[in-house]
Amino acid sequence: MSTDAVKPGLDVRELHGWYGESHVLHGMTLNVRAGEIVTMIGRNGAGKTTTMRAVMGILRKRDGQVRYGDVDIIALPAHKVPRLGIGYVPEERGIFSSLSVDENLMLPPVTRPGGMSIEEIHALFPNLAGRGGTIGTRLSGGEQQMLAIARILRTGANFILLDEPTEGLAPVIVDQIAASLRILKERGLTILLVEQNLEFASATADRHYVVELGKVVDEVANHALAANITRLNTYLSV
Amino acid sequence: MSVQSTTTTGLSRAGVSKRMLFFIGLVAAALAAPFFVYPLFLMKILCFVLFASAVNLVLGFAGLLSLGHAAFFGGAAYVAAHSAKVWGFPFELAILSAVAFSTLLGFVFGFLSIRRQGIYFAMITLALAQMIYFLAIQMPFTGGEDGITAVPRGRLFGVVDLGDSLTMYYVVLALVAFGLFVIWRTVHSPFGHVLAAIKENEARATSLGLQPNRYKLIAFTLSAALSGLAGALKAISFQVASLLDVTWHMSGEVVLMTLIGGMGTLIGPGIGAAFVVAMEHYLSTSGLPITFIIGVIFMVCVMLFRKGIYGELRAWYLRRAGRD
Amino acid sequence: MTEIFGVPAAVLAGQILLGLINGSFYALLSLGLAIIFGMLNVINFAHGAFYMLGGFVTWMLFSYLGIGYWPGLLIAPVIVGLIGAVSERLLLRHLYRVDHLYSLLFTFGAALALEGLFRYVFGAAGKPYPQPAELSGGYNLGFMFLPLYRIWVIVIALAVCFGTWYAIERTRLGAYLRAATENPSLVQAFGVNVPFLLTLTYAFCVGLAGFTGALAAPIYQVSPGMGANFLIIIFAVVVIGGMGSIVGTILTGLALGVVEGLTKVFFPTASAITVFIIMILVLMVRPNGLFGRER
Repeated sequence: MSTDAVKPGLDVRELHGWYGESHVLHGMTLNVRAGEIVTMIGRNGAGKTTTMRAVMGILRKRDGQVRYGDVDIIALPAHKVPRLGIGYVPEERGIFSSLSVDENLMLPPVTRPGGMSIEEIHALFPNLAGRGGTIGTRLSGGEQQMLAIARILRTGANFILLDEPTEGLAPVIVDQIAASLRILKERGLTILLVEQNLEFASATADRHYVVELGKVVDEVANHALAANITRLNTYLSV
Repeated sequence: MSVQSTTTTGLSRAGVSKRMLFFIGLVAAALAAPFFVYPLFLMKILCFVLFASAVNLVLGFAGLLSLGHAAFFGGAAYVAAHSAKVWGFPFELAILSAVAFSTLLGFVFGFLSIRRQGIYFAMITLALAQMIYFLAIQMPFTGGEDGITAVPRGRLFGVVDLGDSLTMYYVVLALVAFGLFVIWRTVHSPFGHVLAAIKENEARATSLGLQPNRYKLIAFTLSAALSGLAGALKAISFQVASLLDVTWHMSGEVVLMTLIGGMGTLIGPGIGAAFVVAMEHYLSTSGLPITFIIGVIFMVCVMLFRKGIYGELRAWYLRRAGRD
Repeated sequence: MTEIFGVPAAVLAGQILLGLINGSFYALLSLGLAIIFGMLNVINFAHGAFYMLGGFVTWMLFSYLGIGYWPGLLIAPVIVGLIGAVSERLLLRHLYRVDHLYSLLFTFGAALALEGLFRYVFGAAGKPYPQPAELSGGYNLGFMFLPLYRIWVIVIALAVCFGTWYAIERTRLGAYLRAATENPSLVQAFGVNVPFLLTLTYAFCVGLAGFTGALAAPIYQVSPGMGANFLIIIFAVVVIGGMGSIVGTILTGLALGVVEGLTKVFFPTASAITVFIIMILVLMVRPNGLFGRER
């Protein structure tokens, strides 16, 4: 993957989005450069997940500009977005209960060459090895999260939207996922991350966007995080 | 400011009197109609107006799509016809026993089907009604494919001879008006408001301590009773109870009438019923395939005019009023 | 030993055989109905009409073009499936966003229109279709005569049911289908063309109904009303079985066919309503059906 000559970034400008009648995204503007890990932090209901759903085309009622490299994503039907090499790990993992672990793993079609092999995936997430026949949702929460990440890595996606991977997980598992994210970064993957856990966010990311009421209200580089931690905590406190 | 408020009150007063005028006009038209149009044709329309309005009570106001209402309509027709012809029941008693039958049947069907929601509800009512259809074919007293014919109309309260179609028409008109009044009262009663709340959001209604299934069952039973009244009136006034009235096509047709006129409105189903009956009447002599045309109208309605004739007209009127 | 409960064994065996045939038709049709419901959230009222269409296409291929049973058995489902695909793409698709009742009413209208059209063009009477020569004989088992064509129908119907089960439970395409039943927008966000998958599903299931109609043509006559009668029984099958499992749907269909056949022997007058009575009993005891999950 690191051999790719040109890797596009994601550029979101003035993105608006609606659930039915209610207007949830109010001019979201952010960008993720190739090879970066960028987080969106903010309270529940701020519009982080909705932004991801709008980028992936799951949320159809949207307006504004979303570009990946020089492709206008808004103009694409939802199933063409992943074919650009964008992978989506949804909130609450989205593991299918009517599919086995292997079927879950093999479900997303390979969109680009250079995806991880099953062996590499099992090396990265040893918990998944030997569990192939199990019903996907019988795995523990942490294992389901690994499965959700693993199935995207198989596809060769080099840009991943990762929605709250640590939610509800034990600290040991969170560490394991943080370690795997660093490995992915070394492989040259670009990641947009939704995270409420500041500690986790600071351990992995390059930059942080603070999202409030459907738009970005602040931006902090990771090296400046410690200096600005009080300000950030006021954004996150209820 | 004061000018504006006068116009609004003036407008709403005009609205009320307009509605009153419309109502009086409707009654006058109904009273005068048999002098211009063949009374039997009018009676047919009236019976279906009541039938469609009864179906609308559950479909439009409770959100329950029943595809088995033919069982109540046609079943009551058999009971009325048989009791009047074979048992010699007088008119009132024949109608009453038919309504009692459809009420009971409605309660049983409702009890069985209301446990399941949405699509399942529709399938179960359809299957239950099909059972009545098979019984109607097989039972000896229903006359199989021929139905029960030569049903005597009898005398109202033993005095008024209903053999005269004009008299019969006014009796049918009175009873249909009574049925529509019951529907109107039900929809505007506290019971009707609960029903609307359940249709809107069943989970919330349950959390408010209501028992949605009980309300739905009552509405369903009432709807069955009124459908039975419509069927019984049709059997007596046409002097025949036919197998056609218990088929699933009939259940579908009455839903079409409701849909075409406007689901969930009070007068929409009546308009739809009149439209469909009149259309079938004129098509029946044309040699065109009626079932095919009905099916196509169904599809077009669902694709393009989901609000129905009355609903679309009202929406158009409101849009126009809004623009002015 | 030639009588069982006072019924001649040949009559009993004959009715069980007929019940198995009907049961395999129920299984094929309710299978398609259940898959369409799972994927599209549509109760396909036109399923019976597509079954009828399959019978008529087979008959028309033979009567107008001289195309025999074997090619007909392949061509009819393809034609019916294509008609299904076109109607899903052009019409049905636009109703997914509105209340489910509308798609139900739409397919209901389509069923009326198709039945009405065929009744208008071909009349209500049944049209006989000859059995294929290869399958015209039978075996004499001593207590009964076993027609070859009926064995063929049961075998091929079960094979197709098994194939469908295999395709859904054991293949990659099947995994897409199962996943899309659970969460279609996520499957689409993984790069699967879900709208196309829906068209494919509808076409396949409707084609299955057409195939059933073609199978039925030599046994029952081909007539415009043949679908409507079956459809309502299929609904009862689906209510009894519940829509939770494919195997459950297949077994329920087969079992009900046999039970219906047996009532024809012991209580002939009740045979037409047997399925509905069973449905009522199941609804009282297990409202979600024998194999069902609430959805």
